[in-house]
Amino acid sequence: MTFQHSQSAHCESGVISSLVSHAGLPLSEPMAFGLANALAFAYIPLVKLAGQPLIAYRLPPKFIIKGLCKRLGVKVAFRKFSNPMAGAEALNNAIATGRPVGLQTSVYYLPYFPEEMRFHFNAHNLVVYGRDGDNYAISDPVFEEPVVVASRHLNKARFARGPLAPKGLMYQVESLPDKIDYAKVIPQAISKNFKVMMGAPLPIIGVRGMRFLSRKIARMTDDPKQQRLFFGHIVRMQEEIGTGGAGFRFLYASFLQESAELLQSDALLKASEQMTSAGDEWRAFALALVQECKQSGSVGKAALAEKLLVCAEKEAAVWRFLQNWTRA
Amino acid sequence: MRVDEVPQDNSITYAGHKKVLYAQDASGHYMTVQSSGWVVEETATCDAVAEYEARAEEARLQVLAGTQSPLAYHMYRCRMDLPLLAQVSGVWRWRIRRHFNPRHFARLTQRQLQRYADVFDISVAELKTVPGLDP
Repeated sequence: MTFQHSQSAHCESGVISSLVSHAGLPLSEPMAFGLANALAFAYIPLVKLAGQPLIAYRLPPKFIIKGLCKRLGVKVAFRKFSNPMAGAEALNNAIATGRPVGLQTSVYYLPYFPEEMRFHFNAHNLVVYGRDGDNYAISDPVFEEPVVVASRHLNKARFARGPLAPKGLMYQVESLPDKIDYAKVIPQAISKNFKVMMGAPLPIIGVRGMRFLSRKIARMTDDPKQQRLFFGHIVRMQEEIGTGGAGFRFLYASFLQESAELLQSDALLKASEQMTSAGDEWRAFALALVQECKQSGSVGKAALAEKLLVCAEKEAAVWRFLQNWTRA
Repeated sequence: MRVDEVPQDNSITYAGHKKVLYAQDASGHYMTVQSSGWVVEETATCDAVAEYEARAEEARLQVLAGTQSPLAYHMYRCRMDLPLLAQVSGVWRWRIRRHFNPRHFARLTQRQLQRYADVFDISVAELKTVPGLDP
């Protein structure tokens, strides 16, 4: 089967946008991300990953695919397996149908990942579009080119255990909607996203989560090693985990811009500009964090906390503006 | 971020690969741009890797000194910590902690050793040793 590989910023939005596009509904990555109202922020100190609190810039894994398909009316069939042998066989049968298959895998067991990037992250998505004997043809959206992976490695990656265990999850697009009413779904998605960012019932999610993290930074212990690990962790969550820059903010700004063109809306164009400016603020924040890591005290906890508050205020302003637009 | 502001720092963590970022061209239009890395991100990633390496090295020296079993070394080498190893292997934390003791580790059954070896993706023989240890 021929499959158009396209490199994207984020694995989940990249996989679903290329699967849906392959099925016959051209959809860009930013559109997939935005229509799934996937932008978020969460700082959850109770949940620890490798000893560091959970910090997320988007909705949890699988929300992008499920949210997008629900909003657009795309039908996707998901399957999980308790038995790896059954999972491998089902994958072979699915490829034989001639439609590409999406998989959830662990990053650690995929041999084509650079050594330094191989961490135990279990919710990486990729597309399998062919098989040649024991080798699978894989389009991994965060890489430049398609790759070939031996079945041994792929099975290991599909059935890795631990947090967010994929359990061999595979999915295929079953059917597409007749048409998409962008004038309806775009305001819907933006309005829903406003609720995530501004209306979460807990102070750890959305803009309130940013303010919470800012207070936490200001009160951080003075131990340089602890600081270094914590600040480095924030930067990694924001920049390293395939975010398209500034923790998905640029990706979302791109969605707003594309929507503005579709709906001929100057307001959305303005919101896109504001989101870009918030993203630039996030990049400056990451830069300052790493400066502080390299030389403790060179920026200072108070200044870092202040920078994060600026990000929070900028985003709050964009979201209020967008909410007014959806209500107008 | 403008296209000309997209960092091209040739990060070693990318191993020659390029990653896609979203940036605006001169007219403000968003497009995807390949980036060969950003020093800021590279520093943070290398720090995280170095942390595991330092812990693995510490564990290795303890194995050579005979105060710890090779299990802890392999755990850190595979970028895991105790809670993660417990989740991945399905062995309770207090039992893993017990297996860090060379005396208890030496008495493990083949099946139990195989369980750890599978998680680390190595053989049982490799699991029982660390670099620099005479067999």
